[in-house]
Amino acid sequence: MAFDAPEELDAFRTEVRDWLEANCPESMRTPMKDDEIVWGGKREKFKNPDSKVWLERMGEKGWTAPEWPAEYGGGGLSKAQARVLQQEMRRIKARPPLFSFGLWMFGPALLEFGNEEQKKRFIPDIVMGKTRWCQGYSEPGAGSDLAGLQTKCEDKGDHWLINGQKVWTSYADQADWIFCLVRTDKTVKHEGISFLVFDMESEGVEARPIKLISGSSPFCETFFTDVKVPKDQLVGKLNGGWTIAKRLLQFERSSISAGGFGGTGGSGILPPQEYAKQHVGVDETGRVSDGDLRARITDHLMYAKAFGLTVQRSTEQAKAGQEVGHTASIMKYAAAKMNQDKCELLVEALGTDGLGWSGDGFAEDAKKATRGWLRSKGNSIEGGTSEINLNVISKRVLGLREHQ
Amino acid sequence: MGFILSEDEQMLRDTAMAFARDELPVTHLRELRDRGANGVDPASRAKLAELGFFGVLVPEEYDGVGLGMVAMGQIMEAQGRTIAATPLLQTAVLGASILTLGGSEAQKAEWLPKIASGEATVALALDEGTHHAPLNIATEAERNGQGYTLNGAKRYVTDGHHADLFIIVARTFGEAGQAHGISLFLVPNDASGLSVQALNTVDSHGAAHLHLEDVAVGEDQLIGAVDAGWEILEPALDRGRIALAAEALGSAQAAFDMTLDYLQTRKQFGQLIGSFQSLQHRAAKMFTELELTRSCIAAALSGVDENRNDVAELASLAKARASDLIHLVSNETVQFHGGIGMTDAHDSGLYMKRARVQEALLGGASFHRDRYAKLNGF
Repeated sequence: MAFDAPEELDAFRTEVRDWLEANCPESMRTPMKDDEIVWGGKREKFKNPDSKVWLERMGEKGWTAPEWPAEYGGGGLSKAQARVLQQEMRRIKARPPLFSFGLWMFGPALLEFGNEEQKKRFIPDIVMGKTRWCQGYSEPGAGSDLAGLQTKCEDKGDHWLINGQKVWTSYADQADWIFCLVRTDKTVKHEGISFLVFDMESEGVEARPIKLISGSSPFCETFFTDVKVPKDQLVGKLNGGWTIAKRLLQFERSSISAGGFGGTGGSGILPPQEYAKQHVGVDETGRVSDGDLRARITDHLMYAKAFGLTVQRSTEQAKAGQEVGHTASIMKYAAAKMNQDKCELLVEALGTDGLGWSGDGFAEDAKKATRGWLRSKGNSIEGGTSEINLNVISKRVLGLREHQ
Repeated sequence: MGFILSEDEQMLRDTAMAFARDELPVTHLRELRDRGANGVDPASRAKLAELGFFGVLVPEEYDGVGLGMVAMGQIMEAQGRTIAATPLLQTAVLGASILTLGGSEAQKAEWLPKIASGEATVALALDEGTHHAPLNIATEAERNGQGYTLNGAKRYVTDGHHADLFIIVARTFGEAGQAHGISLFLVPNDASGLSVQALNTVDSHGAAHLHLEDVAVGEDQLIGAVDAGWEILEPALDRGRIALAAEALGSAQAAFDMTLDYLQTRKQFGQLIGSFQSLQHRAAKMFTELELTRSCIAAALSGVDENRNDVAELASLAKARASDLIHLVSNETVQFHGGIGMTDAHDSGLYMKRARVQEALLGGASFHRDRYAKLNGF
């Protein structure tokens, strides 16, 4: 893949442009609707039939995972080519064909830690969106202290036997397979954890949705009772799961901070200053008449701009080969604050219109903002709490010591 | 947007950082303060000139270096690290920008080489009230037969107490608050009717109030077209704001480094105080703010060089965030150091004092938030 000379990239661009022109359905070039997001897997209904065509075509090219090796169904593109693809998709406003924890989290970890057979077995179906994955990490007794997890995994000779409970399993009720942290040694903490994958249809698996304060149920409680897992579904070494878990959390934190947050509001919600103009009003110079609200909205917009510029800066630095390690924790912390501030400002700017729950008495966008605000409270909890991220920054980035 | 320094810019950054560390350390500012120099430091000015720092924004045809704002920003950040008193902001950024953007051929030929060589110190005399309000110009420039007669007063002109040349912002038409009718004049420090009242300022950098009483200037001292000074002034002010934000970033980074160092050496209860979580989290938050603001400043600096159309927005973003940042970090620096932070012997107080000036000059956080909101249509 060492063919990134400018003229070759230009040729690639032309090829991509022509292909997208011929293969991206018209309705896939319109802004994403919340209920048309494709998560793939056996239960995917493809509300818009074009989204199925789009996923299949992109999947066959491997362009749902542009930089993954072609031998496992990925696109096999270089970084520069992947950027070209991204730019060309943005140019025609093409929707992402697939949202997937397999693409964002499990796949990258498997490519790094899985054996050849596992990669061949699982990666192609992630690329094609055929398997939907969920993540079995947190437990009722292991949240921020994730390594305290207790889900028991016993070696029964020809299989593993799993007993225990996971919680905050995103979309476990919709997923086909789970990647899961289990305890294989009780005498040690971090060194007694292993990384397993198994079918959610296995006997003894039960997922129950949890209703959140926002009314939605993106997470489940997941119970495992005498679940038998084939021996070849252990990823990495026995008791070597923590290394994979940490790496995967980095992928998770970067995908969350890159905009994968719950509670960002979804489509149809205006920026806070627009609601402030409509609901609070403006003075004769066009300023929002509540100066205090106006200043706080501006402060938020500046924070958001600074966040976006920092993402750009760290991308450019990475491209130039400079050290950008540990930005994930900083960005995860900042993204949570940014999104929560925005959601609070939206509700505040909407006034009593932001206090609806259901029914025709409130506009759709306003109700979404209200529920988004409630959902956003999870942003500083899920995928590592803000406090845990501040710990990571203090210790790993600033080099401050542990309390003795 | 360019976030990666070119080789030249990186070299300049390294030189500027080393120079600030070796030649302009905080002890040097203390020494100036203690002997009552009020920030006036001809010896250091000569060394800065020798390094070519005054000519960074001056085109090569006028004996300058002909680099851009990204390069200038590295120097400003370096001098911010040691809160050094230099005339770079006024002379090398504001003065050089106004003349380059709006000066006549004769004005450029006369002054730009002198700026680049460090021979002339220039000061923009703009604000008339206690808060930055660049349109609120009441100083009058009345047309007479040979040129103009200036009458008015300017407050807190930095480097005003030792400048060779002033750029006076005056009104030739209209009323305070209007952009049209603002004109810029070059006035030498020995002009008849100009009086300079030196000020002892909290940051030990000094400044001056100016009084203009029937100061006569010729037509050739008008910069750009009459009544249209705002078109030159506003983009020049944005460069100044971005440069000052870069300086504040340097100060914030240095104060933060000093604090981090203390966290890793000071012990209480038999522990390094850096192991206490209440301090760790505050340090981590400061670091996050530093990183976010660093991106804004880098974007604003390169935005000028790339001639982007959102420079005004980026300038206000950079200046507002840098103002908030430097207060956050300098206040925490004093608090983290505890009792020693309250003493004059320790440097943290010096950073906190300079922070107030860095915010107030060319518009504080609230000025720039207001401007940013206006630019965004609300």
